[in-house]
Formats: sequence, C-alpha cells, structure tokens
Amino acid sequence: MKQYSYFPGCSLKSTAVAYDESVRAISASLGIELIELEDWNCCGTTAYSSIDRLESIAIPCRDLALAEKTGLDLVTPCTACFRTFERVNSHLKLYPFLKPKVDKVLAAAGLEYHGKVRVRHLVDVLVNDVGVEAIASKVVNPLHGLRVAAYYGCLLVRPRVTFDDPENPHSLDGLLKSLGAEVVPFPAKGRCCGGSLVISNVDLALGLIRRILESADSNGAECIVTVCPLCQLNLDAYQGMVNSRFGTKFSLPIMFLSQLLGTALGIKPKELGFDRGIVSPEKVLAGHLQESV
Amino acid sequence: MSKNGQKNGEQIAVDGYDFVEEIAYEPGGESIRSCHQCGVCSGSCPNVLWMDYSPRKIIALTRAGKRQEVLSSNSMWCCATCHLCTVRCPRGIEMPELMHVLESIAIREGLANHKVSAPTMQRTLVNAAKRQGRVHELGLMGRFFLRTNPLAALKIAPVGLKLLLHGRLPLRAEKIEGTDQLRAMIKEAQTIGGAEE
Repeated sequence: MKQYSYFPGCSLKSTAVAYDESVRAISASLGIELIELEDWNCCGTTAYSSIDRLESIAIPCRDLALAEKTGLDLVTPCTACFRTFERVNSHLKLYPFLKPKVDKVLAAAGLEYHGKVRVRHLVDVLVNDVGVEAIASKVVNPLHGLRVAAYYGCLLVRPRVTFDDPENPHSLDGLLKSLGAEVVPFPAKGRCCGGSLVISNVDLALGLIRRILESADSNGAECIVTVCPLCQLNLDAYQGMVNSRFGTKFSLPIMFLSQLLGTALGIKPKELGFDRGIVSPEKVLAGHLQESV
Repeated sequence: MSKNGQKNGEQIAVDGYDFVEEIAYEPGGESIRSCHQCGVCSGSCPNVLWMDYSPRKIIALTRAGKRQEVLSSNSMWCCATCHLCTVRCPRGIEMPELMHVLESIAIREGLANHKVSAPTMQRTLVNAAKRQGRVHELGLMGRFFLRTNPLAALKIAPVGLKLLLHGRLPLRAEKIEGTDQLRAMIKEAQTIGGAEE
C-alpha cells in the first residue's frame, strides 16, 4: 500500500467534512494509505499573501518542514491548500533571496525545510499513481450513464501547469467515464466560482456561481462533480440564493469526486457524507445505481 | 526598501515614479516591468466590471506612479485569484500575485478602500490562522460580520443555518499544539521585515 502524508486543511474539518470522510473512505480500497500530517497548521491560503508577503511563504513552510521529515509526498484534496504549497515551492526556487529569510523564520520554530517535498493534489494521485484502469477494475456499482459536469475550477490547474491543461483540463473526464458516468460538455469547467469573495462580495460571487450552474444545466448535467471544498460550498450552499436572485430553478447536486468514486466502489452512502449536501443528491443517484442509495 | 517607503534614507514621493520600483522589489512584483499593455488580462478577467480600474489599467497607473489612486482602488479586492489572466499573458505576468503585492501595501499603510470588505475578511482569516493554527469557519464568519456589517449577516443567515443543520459548521474551534512555534515564527518574520529583495 503506497503511503502519503495527508493534509486535509481547515475546510475539510468543517464545511467540506464530507470531502474528508469520503476521501478517507475510498483510500483503502484504492490501495493508498493517507497518514495525516501531525499538528499541521492552516496554509493561510491566498488571504495571507494579501496581508504579509514573507509570512505567506514562511507559515506554510512549517507544514512543508514537517512533511519533509516523513519523506512522503504531501497530498491534499483541497485545491487552495495545494496551490498555496505549490506556490511556496515555486517561490523558493524562483526567488533565491527568500531562502535565507525563510530559513531564519523556520529556525525560530526549530525547523528546517530543504524544498524537497513533492506537493500533490488528490486528483493527480488518483489519475497518475492509482491510475484510471486500476480504478475502473474496482468498480462494482457503475454509474450507468449518470450525466455529470466535471468542474475543475481555477487553482487545480492554474497558474502553473502541474498535471493538466490550464484552460481545457480533462483529467477528471476519463476517470468519471471509467465509473460509468457520461461527462457532458461543460464550457465553464475551468471558470471561477468566486472563492472566498462569496463572503466579502456576495453579489459579485452570485453572478459567477450562476454562470457555472447555467453552463452545466444547459448541457444536460444532472449533477456537478468538484474537487475543491470552496467550489463545492459556493455551488451547493449558495444555489438557493442564486435561484432567488436570478429567478432560476437550478437543482444540481454538487458532489465531491471522492463521493461519486466511493459510490461506484460500493461504499455505503453514509460513509461518504452524502447527507451533508444542501442540494440533496439522493434523487439523482437513485435513478442510476443498481443498488438503491 | 523598508516598510515606510524609505529607501537608502530617501523618502519616496507619494505620487512618484518610484512606486513601480517599490512593487518590483517584491517577489512576484518584478514582472510589472514586462507588461506591454495588450489588455488580455482585462479581457479574461471575470470580475473586471466590478473594478475601478481594469488589471491593464492598474499596471499602467502603477507605472505612471499613481500610488494613491492604485492603492485606494477596489480593483485588487475584486480579484478572485483565478489566474485566467496569468495563463493567457504573453509576457508571463502573474497578475493576481501583483494584486496581492498591492493589497499588502494598501493594508500596511491603511490605504485599503474602505467600501470593500475583503481586507477585513483576509485579516480576520489570517489572524485566526496565526492564533489558533487553524481557521474555524463559523468563528471566521461571525467575526467578519461583527467587524463589517452585522446586518449583512442576515442576508446569508439562511445559508449558515443550512450548513449548521447539515453538520458543516462545527461549533468547536480547533487549535494546534504548535501555536508557540507559530508565534516565534511570526515574531522572527516581523524582525526580518518583509519578503522584498
């Protein structure tokens, strides 16, 4: 069983707890062992770089320093955490003058970081380490043509190219097809949901959310699959607000990839956190599964 | 360059051309010199209609030394860091990184646009990350609305309630063991005084 250092991030302890539950539930069946990074701290996300430039690099370095000691790849299901750590690694390479400063900050905590941690998003691990074929061979409960919009969002694929195209990503498509789902055309698949602007500028964010829901809905999707806690939160929890603001009637369940994957692997819905969806996925899933959910 | 705009003892003119240099010293800020004003960033930006100045104009104004106008504008606070502009820029400029540089200077100098609440949001989140080592989303929202507009909380109260009912807003905040480490790191970072070259 391949081991990884696991970084859930703050959202997976709260609004995206279903993501954490479902990722843990699927890991064993996929032959991967996720070992939660001990005493990890908040990565600070993009907010930190608006407040203090040095701390925005140095504070997530505490996590990277802790992860480096394990010698394992650091995998996170959170797209924002993934990009924060990737930014730290890339900044340290790009701006050598940062290194001595960061070293000093880490030394204050008795830590050091040599830039060796390979930061991975869960999707990268699923597609490139576990592999689509291996996943397909474990499917016991195929999704029978469930029409899915695969939503990639922004930070999974941008700004720096890691494992997929930055504007026309496709890594999730093959994976979802291997589960028996039908992936619908989805022009907004790499567009922005507004992220945390939903709190500070809800009017702006509602427009962005509407565009994504509309793109999925008009292409016949029955649900949207996401791999980011913030995308899931915005599209799911604010869907009702979009409907009342714009007079739309969207009713699209927003599922984490791991939830749908777990379903196809025959894991019980309860273990996958389906009851936490605000737009309930029950109806959509029931029509497509051999076993009732 | 120090944080109060002093470089080699000289005071930077408030609206002087040195503004572009001040930005260029920050990691991610140096790219401001390569822009050739094609406007692909503004054409790609999903939030440009909300901005006082488009991303292209922000660069033009910065290079023209319009420090006050740029730093007090709402533009950077409308950036969602989606990086669509970054991957399309023919000069390889990472616009959101530039926006964050401007944000950090605006906050530091108290120039952040007072009509936008994003600065309070960012500060509230970062304070929690520093103090507890974890962000507690319910506490974050509570503090944010208390500091901005408690009445605005009513608007999203139904969303909060639904999340609570679905077990997605735990009441208890988490705290890490290593808060002492974080404190020591932040103290050291503040002694060093910044990320600039």
